[in-house]
Amino acid sequence: MTDFLQVLAVGIGDGAIYAMLGLGLVVVFRTTGLLNFAAGELAMFSTFIVWTIWDLGVPLLLAMLGGMVGGFLIGVLLQAVAVRPVGDPHERPLAVVIVTIGLFIGVNGLAQLVWGTLDKDLPPLFGVDTVSIFGVDVAWQKIGAVVVLAILAFVFYLLFQKTKLGLAMRAVASNSESAGLVGIPVPTVLMLGWGLAAAIGTVAGVFTAPGRGLGSNMMQLTLIFGFAAITLGGFDSLIGAVVGGFIIGIFSSVVPQYVPGFEKMPLAPAFLLILAVLLIRPTGLFGRKQVSRV
Amino acid sequence: MSLLEVKGLQAGYGIVEVLFGIDLEVDAGELVVVLGANGAGKTTTLRAISGMIPSRGVVTFDGEAILGKRADVIVRKGIAHVPQGRGTITDLTVEENLRIGAFSRKDADIDEDIDRWFTMFRRLGERRDQTAGSMSGGEQQMLAIARAFMSKPRLILLDEPSLGLAPLVTNEVFDRLRDITNETGVAVLLVEQNANLALDFAARAYVLEAGAIVASGAASDLQHDETIQKAYLGL
Repeated sequence: MTDFLQVLAVGIGDGAIYAMLGLGLVVVFRTTGLLNFAAGELAMFSTFIVWTIWDLGVPLLLAMLGGMVGGFLIGVLLQAVAVRPVGDPHERPLAVVIVTIGLFIGVNGLAQLVWGTLDKDLPPLFGVDTVSIFGVDVAWQKIGAVVVLAILAFVFYLLFQKTKLGLAMRAVASNSESAGLVGIPVPTVLMLGWGLAAAIGTVAGVFTAPGRGLGSNMMQLTLIFGFAAITLGGFDSLIGAVVGGFIIGIFSSVVPQYVPGFEKMPLAPAFLLILAVLLIRPTGLFGRKQVSRV
Repeated sequence: MSLLEVKGLQAGYGIVEVLFGIDLEVDAGELVVVLGANGAGKTTTLRAISGMIPSRGVVTFDGEAILGKRADVIVRKGIAHVPQGRGTITDLTVEENLRIGAFSRKDADIDEDIDRWFTMFRRLGERRDQTAGSMSGGEQQMLAIARAFMSKPRLILLDEPSLGLAPLVTNEVFDRLRDITNETGVAVLLVEQNANLALDFAARAYVLEAGAIVASGAASDLQHDETIQKAYLGL
């Protein structure tokens, strides 16, 4: 039983990270209707920025906030110089998706160029101490990830449901042409969406780095889990990203522990789950089915 | 000087030219219709005026040149466009659609205005929390019109509101539209294939054929013009 709770705790901690990246993916999906394949690499890049600031002697929390601002600016910049010129994502989706794949490769290379190919050490934001819960040692870092995720998810909920900007972002996501016709500056909204996604990705990166080592490839696995999370939760649902993230995290942690054959295939449980979701409920748990009557 | 002045408007899609130099005017508070068959360039005319597609020529609104500006900038000048196919934002609720219609406004009366529309269109009020996509065509058309008015425009561009609606519903849409324009004094530039309805509604009309204006005049005169009757009124 203790073993199970231990594995469960690990899964929840990992799941919180997938959910963070998933939130960023949902934000971009909501505004553009597309998956951002560069999301993980952007997160990695801004985590290096966090490391650089921290390395100067700044406390890690402040460094992370600095990295979020940096990530936001990079997201906005990349959208403006690389994504926007390609055209309206609603009219030329494939071209834009391919640009995000290009950015994936480019940003990865740039990180290696700037910070080298050796992993850096980024300490855990919440330290290395553990706390005993029901006889299970749980790292404060895992609890911290869940708390930080809760804060981020709440902020995003407020943004989307309670602010004019959020309403504008949802309008652009649903119908960019009509959004322009009611006076929404669509290109600016798309740009802000990228910036927000990159900022939240930074946090996912900061929580990923201590366990995996801060290197240019560290977010690739996380990105796949993030995709799995939003597939499960529904591409356009923030709550779905959170729930999906936790389920994927727990599933990926528990299954290899108890099902023989999965020990060496960390991604397999997530893939099986994606496959099942796509077959049984393609909109995901919380995704909205497109309803339209003419 | 007219509220909207269009001179020599040319536009097209890629290498296909659709408009070959359109001239038209709409005065403040005036109801004007552009009649024309499928493919004559009615929709393209509206899309060019509202900045949805690139175009050449001169378009001035309230004396200011607006051609070449982006759609969201033109809305702020006071032109609201109800596009063909209604253009409601189907994933947003009815209320959110109205709220987003007021995106360009800074004043504090937005909630009050939304309530007024819900009183005027009871059906919308009953469905305020439902997504727009779940409503019938007629309801969506009403919503699209209401949303356009939410931006407090001085001119509304209205693209074939009768499209895909049952005749009774179409009549209702036009009745309500007449009430609202009487009340608000907003000018309307309507494009329609349904000439009978449109000529009843409007004070003045243009006839568009193959991307050029071929006739214009008071709606009542055109209604009795023999060629127009043959071509557009089915008499």
